[in-house]
Amino acid sequence: MSNKVDLQEGWRNFNRKNTYVLSLIIFIITTVAYLLLQPNVFDEGVISRLLTSNFRTWLPVILLAIGQTIVMLGGGLDLSSGALVSLGNVILAISITSNEEPWFNLLIVLGVVALGLIAGFFNGILTAYLGLQPMITTFATSFVYSGLALLILPNPWGNIPREYTKVYRNTSWFGIPLALFIIALILIIWAIIKNRRYGHFLLAVGGKADAAYYTGVRVRRIRISTYVISGLFASLAAICYTLLTGSGSAVSGAEMTLSAITAAILGGTSMAGGSGSLIGSVLGAIILGTIKNLISLSKMDSWYRVLVNATVIILALASPGIINLIRRKK
Amino acid sequence: MSENIQSSEKKKFTISPQVTALLLALLLFLASGFLPNGFNSVDNAINQAFNILRLSAFLALIAAGQTLVIISGGEGIDLSAGAIVTIAVLFTYKFINGDNAMVLPVLFFVVACGAAIGLFNGLGIAYLKIPPFVMTLGMAGVVTGALLVVTRGLYDGKVAPIMTNVIARDLVWGIPGMLFLWIIFGVFMTILLERTRYGKQLFAIGVNRLTARLSGVRVDRMIVATYSIAGALAAFSGFILVGWLQNAGLLVGNQYLFPSIAAVAVGGTLLSGGKGSYFGTMAGAIVIQLITSLLTTMQLPEAIQQIVYGSILIVLLIVYGREKGIRL
Repeated sequence: MSNKVDLQEGWRNFNRKNTYVLSLIIFIITTVAYLLLQPNVFDEGVISRLLTSNFRTWLPVILLAIGQTIVMLGGGLDLSSGALVSLGNVILAISITSNEEPWFNLLIVLGVVALGLIAGFFNGILTAYLGLQPMITTFATSFVYSGLALLILPNPWGNIPREYTKVYRNTSWFGIPLALFIIALILIIWAIIKNRRYGHFLLAVGGKADAAYYTGVRVRRIRISTYVISGLFASLAAICYTLLTGSGSAVSGAEMTLSAITAAILGGTSMAGGSGSLIGSVLGAIILGTIKNLISLSKMDSWYRVLVNATVIILALASPGIINLIRRKK
Repeated sequence: MSENIQSSEKKKFTISPQVTALLLALLLFLASGFLPNGFNSVDNAINQAFNILRLSAFLALIAAGQTLVIISGGEGIDLSAGAIVTIAVLFTYKFINGDNAMVLPVLFFVVACGAAIGLFNGLGIAYLKIPPFVMTLGMAGVVTGALLVVTRGLYDGKVAPIMTNVIARDLVWGIPGMLFLWIIFGVFMTILLERTRYGKQLFAIGVNRLTARLSGVRVDRMIVATYSIAGALAAFSGFILVGWLQNAGLLVGNQYLFPSIAAVAVGGTLLSGGKGSYFGTMAGAIVIQLITSLLTTMQLPEAIQQIVYGSILIVLLIVYGREKGIRL
């Protein structure tokens, strides 16, 4: 009897420390279902091809979800990151049209990154320094960013050189695509930062801001830094998205913001701040992508797709709650 | 003790957000007279004022449920409001089909549908502990998806003449019927918030869920009730909206969603919960609608409109949307 209680207690502790466990389970279920629906998975090169084609599509949302998670860990919310993707996307699309001036192109890319950092800093100043409510403030700034994008490029257009897009779309080493290496690199960097001062401070600020303040944490700085990081990831997502599609559109990022937030919450990150993980958000974004793939593989009537997609997402979000309810009844 | 604190607060010279919002609205409206295609006579000005008030009324109706949900705290927000408005618009349009006798039954049916959708939101949030943001976002997807399945993109119908007469036309002395409806609705909402047990408990769970529970409030039930009422109110505003639009659309409600949240925030309701009023939301809706109308009157390109709208919203928030008590 006591053994069982210990086990339960242990499982609960494990869950609390590893918020991504449930998303990992859902990830395994959806991925297995996806692989089973694929014909001849075990033929040579099929897995590698699937990895490449899927991860290059998912990477922008995965990057946004990572940035969003950092903001949410600090107790904020960034609704402007998708609009920043649009802005970066149109700037890249109108500026990079030939591969004859690599230095100029590199300068544009660096400019987009700098723009993301500045926009994130602006979000941070408004929310953390002036104490405005994050949700409505970043929504307001998203209007400014998407308006600028529309001003720069009213109609979708773009001609990114194929030499560049090919690198993003088709690079892979040992059958593992470039996108996975990027994700792995970010996760490794985060694993190092997480256990250092910044990581501890970030979780403290998100968990209990006033307590963190009294123990000497510079709450405002930490909060501003989360928005700057989110801006950085938004510009990285813009670069990846531009390389993926080879063109620009002023509404390219509009749908991504909410997907990124959903991915982060699917991954076990709390909206109240202070608890969550990047790996969970990555898994969450992969789950969202896999659900879409499953729906298109199932050859379902296209009118049902929105409904099924939303229902499955709600069920996935509800699964921890359902498990808890069942356990409490027992 | 608490009285002491209140009275000392009153001594400081502060203007409440609602009054600021109304003053700002008046200023903006007068400024709009200087536009080349603004009003140029008193009659014209009154006409324009009524027109803007009528448009604000729709925004404020849709923002009513949002106000309740946001006051309830716990990162409360209802992103499904837009989808509920759409479904109410389409149902009303289809089922009334120009028949006066069908108005009341359809109204009940539509409001019940909205309440049922809200009930699911509330159950998911209170018992399954899904964060409101994603729960209601997912619900918006489900509702929109269900609409697509049922309608397959096609819809047909007609508004009843009585709805046109009451909502869209002038009722007496050139005052639109919508404004009377809005005032009655405002009084109802204010009584609900200030004078009922429900309202008191709503503010209590918004300030602190734990203390509310310890003092005997059934928090989970309150959350479920609040999201259900919000759904019902959103459906009611859809019913009214179709009387004004005289037409339906598959995405008609979505454009009101974020402006309605902005109206709540501009009206001085804390997005973190526990503090707010419907009077504030009414004032906020007028401000937001004025800005939109001004930008449209100035005939700026869409891109510039977005940039100006966002910037004005930021300035408004800086002026008086700051959360009190944060000095970190």
